[in-house]
Amino acid sequence: MTGEHNLPFWRKYIFSIDHKVIGIQYAITGLLFLLFGFFLMMMMRWQLAYPGQPLPWIGHLFSEKAMLGGVMLPEFYNQLGAMHGTIMVFLGVVPLAVGGFGNYFVPLQIGAPDMAFPKLNMVSYWVYFIGGVIMIVSFFVPQGAAQSGWTSYAPLAVIAPTGQTLWLLGMVCLITSSLLGSINFITTIVQLRADGLSFFRLPFFVWAQFVTSFLLLLAFPPLEAAGVLQLMDRLAGTSFFMPSGLVVSGKVVEVSGGGNPVLWQHLFWFLAHPEVYVLILPAMGIVCEIIACNTRKPIYGYKGMVYSVIFIGFMSFIVWAHHMFLTGMGTKMSAFFQITTMIISIPSVVILTALVLSLWGGSIRFTVPMLFATAFLPMFGIGGLTGLPLGLTASDIHLHDTYYVIGHFHYVVAPGTLLALFAGIYHWFPKVTGRKMSDFLGKIHFWLSFLLMNGVFMPMFIQGLAGVSRRLWDPMQYAHAQPTQPLNVFISICAWLLGLAQIPFILNFFWSLIWGKKTDQNPWQATTLEWSAPSPPPHGNFEHVPVVYRGPYEYSIPGQRNDFWPQAMKEGN
Amino acid sequence: MSSLIRYISRPHPITGVTNAKLGTWCFLASEVMLFGALFSAYILLRTGASSWPRGSELLSVPLATFNTLVLITSSVTMVMAWASLMMKDLSKYKRYMGFTILLALTFLVVKGFEYGHKFEHHHFPSTSTFYAIYFTLTGLHGLHVLGGVIVNTYFLLPGSKLWETEPEQFTGRIECAGLYWHFVDLVWIFLFPVLYLL
Amino acid sequence: MEKYYGWGLPADISTHGAAIDRLIYVLHGFMAVLFVGWLIFLVITLVRFRARPGHQAVYQSNHFKAPTYLEVGVGLFEAFLLVGFSFPIFHQYRNVPPPRDQAMEVRIVAEQFAWNIHYPGDDGIFGKTDIHLISPANPVGLDRSDPAAKDDITTVNQLHTPVHKPVIAHLSSKDVIHSFFLPVMRVKQDMIPGQTVDTWFEAKKMGNFEIACAQLCGLGHYRMRGFFIVETEDKFKEWINQMR
Repeated sequence: MTGEHNLPFWRKYIFSIDHKVIGIQYAITGLLFLLFGFFLMMMMRWQLAYPGQPLPWIGHLFSEKAMLGGVMLPEFYNQLGAMHGTIMVFLGVVPLAVGGFGNYFVPLQIGAPDMAFPKLNMVSYWVYFIGGVIMIVSFFVPQGAAQSGWTSYAPLAVIAPTGQTLWLLGMVCLITSSLLGSINFITTIVQLRADGLSFFRLPFFVWAQFVTSFLLLLAFPPLEAAGVLQLMDRLAGTSFFMPSGLVVSGKVVEVSGGGNPVLWQHLFWFLAHPEVYVLILPAMGIVCEIIACNTRKPIYGYKGMVYSVIFIGFMSFIVWAHHMFLTGMGTKMSAFFQITTMIISIPSVVILTALVLSLWGGSIRFTVPMLFATAFLPMFGIGGLTGLPLGLTASDIHLHDTYYVIGHFHYVVAPGTLLALFAGIYHWFPKVTGRKMSDFLGKIHFWLSFLLMNGVFMPMFIQGLAGVSRRLWDPMQYAHAQPTQPLNVFISICAWLLGLAQIPFILNFFWSLIWGKKTDQNPWQATTLEWSAPSPPPHGNFEHVPVVYRGPYEYSIPGQRNDFWPQAMKEGN
Repeated sequence: MSSLIRYISRPHPITGVTNAKLGTWCFLASEVMLFGALFSAYILLRTGASSWPRGSELLSVPLATFNTLVLITSSVTMVMAWASLMMKDLSKYKRYMGFTILLALTFLVVKGFEYGHKFEHHHFPSTSTFYAIYFTLTGLHGLHVLGGVIVNTYFLLPGSKLWETEPEQFTGRIECAGLYWHFVDLVWIFLFPVLYLL
Repeated sequence: MEKYYGWGLPADISTHGAAIDRLIYVLHGFMAVLFVGWLIFLVITLVRFRARPGHQAVYQSNHFKAPTYLEVGVGLFEAFLLVGFSFPIFHQYRNVPPPRDQAMEVRIVAEQFAWNIHYPGDDGIFGKTDIHLISPANPVGLDRSDPAAKDDITTVNQLHTPVHKPVIAHLSSKDVIHSFFLPVMRVKQDMIPGQTVDTWFEAKKMGNFEIACAQLCGLGHYRMRGFFIVETEDKFKEWINQMR
């Protein structure tokens, strides 16, 4: 213990090897990127609501190459779109959900003093940080950032300007960071569980992180491979994704040819479908923790949920081509991927059902984290259900690449995952800081965010059914998109208000950091191990090495004095 | 402080491995996916191509065969290095580790000659899909070899100080470095026939 | 004038689209029933089991059988959707082209940011094309020295088809991936450079419609709009002769 107190500032808070400091670094960076990514989108929403009109005030802050006279140019719109997706997924949600919550709470919940490889942990954060810096810098190179969508489909991405190269380099950093992180998580969870903490006594959150780590470990390398190949195409002039006979802007492209654009899509989606579960599983884990604690009863069907989450992990590797139904694939292959897609919906239904049934028979405290966690359930439900029409090729013919898709996956990750992540912040804030966040501001934040998110994403289903394509700079160009233009105005206003609705959260966050009500080590009277450590936990986490005696959710046992029985409490309650 | 973390030098009683070894296996699993994806890309491109050259007509099989032998030998010396540590013989370890690094460097030098020869004849990655995949796969493998050289050199020189304080942990590290090295060797054993012979 | 577009599915003027629309409606009905029923249960649960003085959570919760049945039911329904709707519709859409002698064939070559339409003319044979012949005046690179190319017609962004006649479209792209989308036709197909993919459709109503690009293809993606005009056989022939 002695060495810790003498560390200089930069070793203690910047290049720290303490999983808690690294977790906080990840979480703060992730939150900032979420805000940044959201700003990009709020600008795009102006162009969508009022196409071709100058963006008030903000428009003039940009160079003429981005906003001509305050009017967003199509190429800048495409940059914002591509970077919004990339930033939200790879720099916002994953770092917050896995890097932040995972780093901070997995070692605590399994009773470990730290991650298995603390230095590696530090390296993962800094590699992620470099990746983020590269992504931001890419806005400032000539012709701007990547503009071929977050999916970077070749050949468009191969012939795109310099920003795409930086995007690829940034992605290589982010992938490397995630790989190192996942190695650390898997080793930590397998090796460093406290005595008595068998796998079926793990909190569901740890299970979710465990499966997530496997997804990251095994799904990310193919994207790294794809990134290397695309870099070669861009820098060394190879033709991995460039077929023979390309003619761009009337000129024959001088490449050797023989490549296949669909290969990129296969490699990309082989990552990106498991990536969807990387985004959603930690969120489910957080929700499960909060529901158990706030219903004061054990989770319904815990084992079923664990098996489901493992099953999801396996299945997520064989559904990727449902993003590619319209690339001209044969009916047999599409049938296979439709079947796997329908199958993977079942374990998600099982988890959602178990979470809802966990409420039944409880004594539900509607704390702020519980409000967010409860809202997650129907939102994820909508996100999941609207995946059905997209997972069936016949209906996908019409809905593919329309706003229906945007609505669908945003319901999963925005009102779904993001609400769960907010729930996690409100739930664990007392553990990290020793202070509680304001209930009042929290409730304002919740209700506004909840309603406005629905205001943003629900109309997109209508637009999608009307056939409005995604990634259109000016939807008014198409007759079939014009009738839904009022919806675009409505969505945009909701999005801007949603931006304002985050102010109570930001205020609450900083206010509570300094003036929040002080709490003891277990303010929610929860059972899992992190609540047996002091708040905030010291370096090394626990005052005594914890030993676990029971499962994670022993609440309201008849005949006991307290309605919760912590995992690390030997006996007597 | 870090001594609080368990199973750094002794294996976990149930899993039977140390943290480092499990981590290494996980890393290798991701490497399998990386090269697996590249091999899949190779198969897809080759099956989709109208014609595909025979590797042996464009590349030097004798040089590659020599390199294969070099890498296999280096895997053997790597095992010997680890075995020497198990027998508590540091100087023997250093000798074998030195051999391993030398062999790896030999491999890289030969590879460098091969590349240089190709460039002289104006064969670049952009020349054809075959050369593209050849340079990408062997280049990435070369980077892995180079990474191995750096790690092994660290363990040969400054890293070996750990032997004095934590011999068990040091032996474990060399075992992990060995696992990685065998993997790099294995990748070559796939690359050699795929690129040069088929 | 008939209203084609609104807040729901666009009008459907194709012979095959009704089946797709039916599936979309069935799906949304199923989703609505499932979601609303589930939401009612959620709200009842939240109210009934809210924390209040004198209310205690139960440790040993009942084992519910209903959700298992429900999950099995959902699974079976999904299987039904696959076998009853999606497989046959997509099979028809991808694998069963109309007989060539009854259909009109057309090549559609996408580029940034236009649709080049290539009609084979009276002989029904497409003339040879060569990428090196591509010029602003000859966007598909038609080789005029080829006898089969003599009567060929190429247009930009103008796809005319006769009503009640199956159309086989050979889709390809010059540069990047585009996606050929006819909203009123329930037709959407990616156009992958280096490949030619066929799609087919038959219009049952006349009118002026549009072609949209559904895949991000660059900064002009938003304005890659084409005109899709369905007219009588006579008018179509007249138009073809005009274009010659």
